[in-house]
Formats: sequence, C-alpha cells, structure tokens
Amino acid sequence: MASDRDLGTDALLAPVARWTPRFFVFIAALAAVVGWGAYAYGVQLQHGLVVTAMRDTVSWGLYISNFVFFIGISHVGALMSAILRLTKAEWRRPITRMAEAITVCSLFVGASMPIIDLGRPDRLLNVILYGRIQSAILWDFLSIGTYLVGSLLFFYLFLIPDLAILRDRLTSIGRLRRWIYRKLALGWSGAADQRRRLERSIGIMTILILPIAISVHTVVSWIFAMTLRVGWNSTIFGPYFVAGALFSGVASVLMAMALFAHFYKLERWITPLHFRHLAYLLLVLDLVYIYFTLNEYLTVSYKSEGTEADLLASLYGGSYASLFWTIQLGGLVIPAFLLASRRTRTTLGIVVAATLVNVTMWLKRYLIVVSTLATPQMPTGWASYWPTWVEWSITAAAFAGFVLLFSLLSRVVPIVSVWETLETPETPPGAATEHAPEEVAA
Amino acid sequence: MDDDDGRLRRRQFLTLAAKGAGIAALGLLGGKVFVERLAGLPDDARVKPAGLGQAWVMMIDLDRCDGCGVCTTACRAEHNVPEGQEWIKVYEITDPEGTSYFLPRPCMHCENAPCVAVCPVGATYTRRDGLVLVDQNRCIGCRYCMAACPYNARYFNWEGPLELTPEEQALYSPEAPVVHRRGTVEKCVFCAHRADRGVLPACVEACPMKAIFFGDAAEDAVSNGKEVWRLSEALKERGGFRFKEDLGTKPRVFYLPPEGS
Repeated sequence: MASDRDLGTDALLAPVARWTPRFFVFIAALAAVVGWGAYAYGVQLQHGLVVTAMRDTVSWGLYISNFVFFIGISHVGALMSAILRLTKAEWRRPITRMAEAITVCSLFVGASMPIIDLGRPDRLLNVILYGRIQSAILWDFLSIGTYLVGSLLFFYLFLIPDLAILRDRLTSIGRLRRWIYRKLALGWSGAADQRRRLERSIGIMTILILPIAISVHTVVSWIFAMTLRVGWNSTIFGPYFVAGALFSGVASVLMAMALFAHFYKLERWITPLHFRHLAYLLLVLDLVYIYFTLNEYLTVSYKSEGTEADLLASLYGGSYASLFWTIQLGGLVIPAFLLASRRTRTTLGIVVAATLVNVTMWLKRYLIVVSTLATPQMPTGWASYWPTWVEWSITAAAFAGFVLLFSLLSRVVPIVSVWETLETPETPPGAATEHAPEEVAA
Repeated sequence: MDDDDGRLRRRQFLTLAAKGAGIAALGLLGGKVFVERLAGLPDDARVKPAGLGQAWVMMIDLDRCDGCGVCTTACRAEHNVPEGQEWIKVYEITDPEGTSYFLPRPCMHCENAPCVAVCPVGATYTRRDGLVLVDQNRCIGCRYCMAACPYNARYFNWEGPLELTPEEQALYSPEAPVVHRRGTVEKCVFCAHRADRGVLPACVEACPMKAIFFGDAAEDAVSNGKEVWRLSEALKERGGFRFKEDLGTKPRVFYLPPEGS
C-alpha cells in the first residue's frame, strides 16, 4: 500500500521533477507569441489607440471582450471547486487544483486587458487617488482585486501540504527552487494541530470565496447594464453573466483535463468518470444559459421597441446574424446534444463540446460588446469595427500568456493535488463512485 | 497544563483584540473617505465660481436650421477641435412622412448625466451652473463615458501628443480646452469660458440663421445675439422638446420642432 502511494506521488510529481526539452520548446513558442503581443502593445503606446480599429462610436472592442472572457473563466476555480468541496463530492479531488490554477492565471490575464485598453495607462493610479465609488469601474476594481487576493490565498492553502511533499521529495532540483519550496511550505509536517488549522482556514476560505466570485462577474456585467444602451440595458445581466462565466469556466477545466491527462500521463487520476461528471455539470449550465438567453431575447423581441428592434434585426437576420446564430447553435444547441446523448458523451465528445462552448462564449462576449456599440443611437448608419493587427496580436498574446502561466504553474507545483488525491481510500476507477445503473445496462 | 493553555489563550486574545482594533480603525478611516466620495462632496479647488443660481441652457430652433454647418466650423475654430471630431454635429433626419430637417447636436449637458455617473476618477463633472466638463489632466481614457452617453456627444483623442508643453498647459483649462492630449475624452463645453464672461457661445454667434439660442434658465431668458426670448413661452408656444426625453437624462438643450412636421 505504502509503495503504491509512493509510486502515485512520483507519477504526480514527475512533471515538476523533470522539465522535458519538449516543454522548453513549448514555452519558447508561447513566449514568442507573448513577445509579439508586447511589441504590438509597444506600437500602441507609441502611437496611441489610433492603431486599433476602435473609434468614437465603437469605442470598446477586442480588449474589453477578452476582459469579460478571461474574468469569466476565472470563476471556475472558486465556484466549481468551492461548491464541489462544500458538497463533499469525493471525485473532485484530482481536478480542483486545475480549476483553481485556471482562476489565478485567467485573472492576471483578464485584469490586464482593461489596462491595455486605457488611453492613459500612465494615469492608472488616478483610480485609487480620485476613485469615485458610484462608477461601476470602481466596483470592478475593488471586486476583482479582492477576488485576486482571495483566489491566490485559496490556491495557496490547498498547496501547503503539497509544497511540503515537494520540499521532502525533490532533492535533485536546484537550490533556489528547494529554498522556495521550503519557505512556502511553512514548516508543514502534517501534525494533527497543523491539519486542524489548515482545515479551518480552508473551511473559511471555501465559503468566503463564493460570494466574492459571484460579485465579480455581476459587477463586470453591470459595467454594461448600468448604461442606457440597447442590448446592455438589461436587468438579468448579473446572473446571465455569472452563468456564462461558470459555463465557459467548466468548459475550460474539461479542456485542461484532457490536455494534462494526455501530456502528463495522468489518466490514472483523470478518468472518464471525471469527464462524465463535469459533462453533466456543463450540460446543466448549458441549459441554464439557454434559459437566460431565451429570457433576454424573447422579452425584448416580443415588444420590439425602437432601437431594440434595430439591434435585434441585425442579430437575427442582419450583419451580426452569422455570429449570433453560430453562438446559439454551435455554443448552446450542439453541445447540449453532444452532452445529452450517451453515444456522444464520450471523453472525445465531451472535449469537443467544451471546446465549442469556449470558442462561442468568446464570440458571445465580442458580440455583446461590439453589436451594442455599433447600433446607431443617433440618426446615422451602423458603425463598423474590424480589429487591427495590433488588437489581434495582443489578443493572441493574452491567450498564449494564459497557457504560458498555466503551463509554468503546472511545472512548479503538481497540477493534480497529491495529498488530496492520495488521501482518498484507493478505489479502482469506476467501482465505488460509479453508481449509475444505466451504465451497467449499456 | 490547563492553566498554561488558558494563559496562552488570553495572550492570543489580547493580540487578536489589538489587531482587530487596528483593522477597525483603518476601516473607519477608509469608510470616511468612502462616504465622502459617495456623497460626491465638491472638490472646491476644481469648481470655478459661477454666478448664483445660474443654469445655462441652449435652445435650438429646428425650423430655422438649414444644415449649413457653420456652427461646427465656428466651434472648430474656437476650440481648435481635433480633426474628426464635431463637438456640435448636424444630423439630417427624415420623418416617416418623408420631410427632412436638420438637428444640430451639441453636448446636452444633462442634469442627470450618465457620463458623470460612470466616470471612475471624477474627470468629468458637473459644475454648479450645470455645465458638464472634462478635466483632461485627470482623464484616464477608459471611455466608459462614451459608452454611457446616449447622444454620441463625446470624442476620444485617438492620436496626438501625449503631453503638453508648459506653455500649452498654461493655456489649458477644462472650461477652455483649446489644446488637446492623446488618450483623453473631450466634448462641447457650452463655451464655458465665454459664458463666464457673459459672452454667447461661438456656435450661437456664428449661426447665420440665428437658430441657436443660449441663456440662463434661472432667468427664463435665451438669446441668439439678435433676439431675446422667454424660454418657457417659446417652449410652450412651439411645443419644445428635449432629445430622448424618455431616458430621464434631463438635457439642458431644448429643441423647437420644424414647422413643417
């Protein structure tokens, strides 16, 4: 038993213990994309936002869409992970670290987006010096700041016992890294009173992080909902955005699970069972999102008031129709069928559904931001917006930066929580937790 | 053993209480700043003294406007308005009946201004006499005000110099933005610098049709430089309206409808 445990620990620590040449190539490629984005941002700093396609009518574009997208997927760490912990869902153990890592990485990338969008990033400090609390931007500043600190803490607390394992096990790594592990492990020995204290802290954080996370995407949506603009002037934007955030967040965890299981050879811990359980969750969130979408568009369409009708016409059959219907079909309807049918609810089918969800949820954020701003609110025609190479480059860098942060994180700490996963009584995959009789029948 | 434990707890309690008191004090201090900000107490240094009870308004007679655009040109000259911006913009509107007319749109200087509400740094603010101004020294360029403005009255300096020379900076004030900086938002200021001297705005003076009136709602009088009208009577007789009245922004720009419609 002990040796099996040791073997398990070794396998989970392997990506941290040894950095393969392939990994360095991968990191270099990502860093090159980020570097190109940094160059594009340099060009933007030098010449001003004139190098983007944003103008006085469509005054927000790709950057703000990215902001909403990344802050969205950041919700999964808190919401999914905390809820699974609170409900004592034992199968969660190998995947919560991944979700929490997504939160940390996407928050950094997401929070940098509105700063890149600023006309005067040199005056960012004004938000603190002269901040006026009635502005939704201040709410965002406070709530994302709190969430960033909270989720770092949340991530770190669960890491402490693993850091001690790293400190004790990894003897062949550099002195600096060993020193860092030793400091960060805070002298963890697994003694009873240490465990008690850790569990108490974890208990408090798990509950605290929930309202903070919900507040974050609620106030992100309020940036839009607090204006008098068609398409944004909505009372359900708060819960609509929170649901969308969790929807794309769970899809992100599924994609990360597939990649890590394959590349880090973690199939023993990340099993079809995990994919299936999260697929159920994704399906439920899909249906919730469909419900919100129906609410949002049906109520407005039924009345078809003034400019609302103009925007709807362009979404249903005009210049934004292809985007709108791609999102509804590709991101909501097709994934729902893929996830609902037992034939397609295979690991591959689930990952395809998750990918579709994430791509279209990004498109959805773009559609929300751009279509509303392009809708004429004065007697003029529709404004047009197509991002420039600078905006595309920075967007590519945002995604590459996210993957880069995530990959690096997975190479300095085990991406599957060692102590939590090996703590469960060892059960053969698919035995005790497998409770669905229909599976047996099939 | 028990005793020892008890002492430890007491000591821990005292430390905790001291820390708690510290945090509470910080919280109170923060709360005070918070409440002051919430109340929007005026930052007196930034409010130019204005006459008692003044409330600047504009009235535009659409029946007279022929869409010549001289107001836009005069405004450009007065404020050195950057290329691509029209602080007073003339729109052509065609009725469902087919008749068309022109609608000049300055900044509405809304009483309930969405731009002022959403500005995160107080760069855009309402002066005591109702003028909505933008402090380019403070604006961070987030463009939230542009997203919030229902009249597209706000413009962003997408290019241009980032900083002003000391001479230019001396020329600059939110009331008279004649020099412009990249990365900040600008708009019509109702010619605040002229109003402060009792002079009509540049667009009013320049309008060859004498279609634009400016004045003080508190005195119920508006003038186009040639005639002085009683605001309330003109609005009543001609069926005056405000653009997008239903939004509740309470614009300070009134329109007299074209006679034809």
